[in-house]
Amino acid sequence: MTRNRIPAVARFLRRRIWQVVPVVFGIALLNFLILQLAPGDVVDVLAGEAGAATPEYMAQLRASFGLDRPLPVQLAYYLKNTAMLDLGFSFRQNMPVLQLILERLPATLLLMIAAMGCAVVSGVVLGVISARFVHRAADRAVSVFVLVTYALPTFWLGLMAIVLFSARLGWLPSSGMTDIGADLGGFEYLWDVARHTVLPALSLATFYLAVYTKLVRTAMLEYFGADFIRTARAKGATETRITLFHALRNALLPLMTMLGLQLGSILSGAVLVESVFSWPGLGRLAFESILARDFNLLLGILLFSSVMVTILNIFVDVVYAVLDPRIEL
Amino acid sequence: MADLLAIQGLRTWFHTRAGVARAVNDVSFAIQPGETLALVGESGSGKSVTAYSILRLINEPGRIEAGKILFNGTDLLKLDDKGIRSIRGDRVAMIFQEPLSAFNPVQTVGAQIVEAIRLHRRIGRRAAYHRAMELLEQVGIPSPAKRVHEFPHRLSGGMRQRAMIALALACEPDLLIADEPTTALDVTTQAQILKLLKSLQAENGMGLLLITHDLGVVAETADRAAVMYAGRVVEEGLVATLFTRPFHPYTAGLLASVSIDDLPPGARLPEIPGTVPSLLVMPRGCAFAERCPYAAGTDGCLDHAPAFLPVADDHRVACFRTPPTPRPPLHAEATGEAAGALLPLDAAARVVA
Ligand SMILES: Nc1ncnc2c1ncn2[C@@H]1O[C@H](COP(=O)(O)OP(=O)(O)OP(=O)(O)O)[C@@H](O)[C@H]1O
Ligand SMILES: [Mg+2]
Repeated sequence: MTRNRIPAVARFLRRRIWQVVPVVFGIALLNFLILQLAPGDVVDVLAGEAGAATPEYMAQLRASFGLDRPLPVQLAYYLKNTAMLDLGFSFRQNMPVLQLILERLPATLLLMIAAMGCAVVSGVVLGVISARFVHRAADRAVSVFVLVTYALPTFWLGLMAIVLFSARLGWLPSSGMTDIGADLGGFEYLWDVARHTVLPALSLATFYLAVYTKLVRTAMLEYFGADFIRTARAKGATETRITLFHALRNALLPLMTMLGLQLGSILSGAVLVESVFSWPGLGRLAFESILARDFNLLLGILLFSSVMVTILNIFVDVVYAVLDPRIEL
Repeated sequence: MADLLAIQGLRTWFHTRAGVARAVNDVSFAIQPGETLALVGESGSGKSVTAYSILRLINEPGRIEAGKILFNGTDLLKLDDKGIRSIRGDRVAMIFQEPLSAFNPVQTVGAQIVEAIRLHRRIGRRAAYHRAMELLEQVGIPSPAKRVHEFPHRLSGGMRQRAMIALALACEPDLLIADEPTTALDVTTQAQILKLLKSLQAENGMGLLLITHDLGVVAETADRAAVMYAGRVVEEGLVATLFTRPFHPYTAGLLASVSIDDLPPGARLPEIPGTVPSLLVMPRGCAFAERCPYAAGTDGCLDHAPAFLPVADDHRVACFRTPPTPRPPLHAEATGEAAGALLPLDAAARVVA
């Protein structure tokens, strides 16, 4: 199916990647406005609030922002810096903002992907079971389970998971991404990270699990009444085959749409979960930057996350188009 | 000749919240090998439900309540799930009215034909694709080697219906059920598809149950016809007989205005004054009584449902009326014959016990 579509996907990507530009522009503009609204001049905010900048750096900053020029020129400077990925320096952390972000990025990506993978896979499994045995005991059980996970606040669930699995049972680590002080290599390192990922990823996944289960169930039930399902049945296909190859295959499409729409909110959810589990990701970095009033870092994270969500969205669109041949790339 | 398919006393009811809709109520008819039987009737008369009942494709809240569906002597209603699956698509295949929605939108046409083949035949994927291409060629799809990898939405309506026919023919069925196969197509394409069906039937010798609204199609394609009204077959016989000597007032009403020899293509069933009774509250007597010009004077029509009994060789009718009232003098010579051919039946003998 995908065989003859690879060049099309490449062309699509090349076209869509330009969408990042207006997003970057928009967010940069917003950041600039926030900086303007803050008391003092931009450099006071950027460096002064952090309280640790040297006068030389302040002067250098003023020059680079063109603070002696009119506002539009200042904006142009700011945009130019942003475009060149110069997000400035964090005095609190004593590191360039970009480097800070890039260091934290893998942890957040790992958490997001693990959580989403978990929510999607279990949502699909539970949704399929619900739809296949609709109005029967299995459907009801799934329905109750899903409602409970949906209703419980993520942070509470996270804390309870720590209490149970970590503190009481001692099965899983509850904080950080690796064991502190352990210097593991290769497979052992991966295993360590995987163990650390379980609880935060599951906590983040629970909220979305309910949404995906319900979505898959509804879509499947709708497809069970579709003409092409009747065709498949008239061909002599088994119910299992019909469920998986015909109904589910089509139900993945609305699921993909939903996933794309929720990427932003998943990132926000990550902030909360990262705080509960001391996960060294972007969310925690954002949290720290707020506590430290490290404005520049916060704005950098804001910009970077928006770009990331946009890129992930493009990726989801590609997956959708590959799944649905009716979409012209 | 042994019947290829014999439906006896089939009842398929829908248990809806509003009540029980008796969509198919005591339907009986038979199809011989190689024969084409047309099933005609107004919208909602139960044609599709009858067709789906044959392969047990009825979904909740529908249920097959009674009857036998004998296919080559085996009652399909008694088979277990595995048994009916081995019949579906292999010995009995189906094509549907709307060829676009009948295909899975995310699979290639070829993959769906291959699935139909491999569900019943132990052959490899490559060989199955090869066979799929042959089938597409057989139904007149140009450049089948390319089309086999095409998705359904990329084909035109006529091509899709051809592909649907190819899919149905995948295992060379003994019986093909076609539920209004040409309704969604334009007139020229309709004619082509019907011609294709007829030529394929001549090649394979399969039986064909053709559901249609189109009297032109009936006249041209079918050997026999069964007329359905409100969930029952009211008349069944050779097409020539039904067009020239219809017995049931409903059939007469449908066919009165048309002549079998010069039916325009696409001639739909004519309107008959009055409405079909609700399937939820069927009258005690004959369902057609309310619209029937002959029922007024006959108490039996309102009190009892008429049984479905032969009036001549290969001509069965569910009506109390006897002897038959001559048709309006459209085919005067035929009407004269008809009166003689009919058996004088006592009305009381036709009452359902
Ligand atoms: N899923 C269902 N639920 C309830 N009633 C149904 C259902 N499907 C069919 N019916 C009932 O069965 C009756 C006959 O339907 P059917 O589809 O067989 O009509 P038809 O003769 O094929 O008409 P058409 O020419 O419009 O296709 C309908 O009038 C409807 O009342
Ligand atoms: Mg129908």
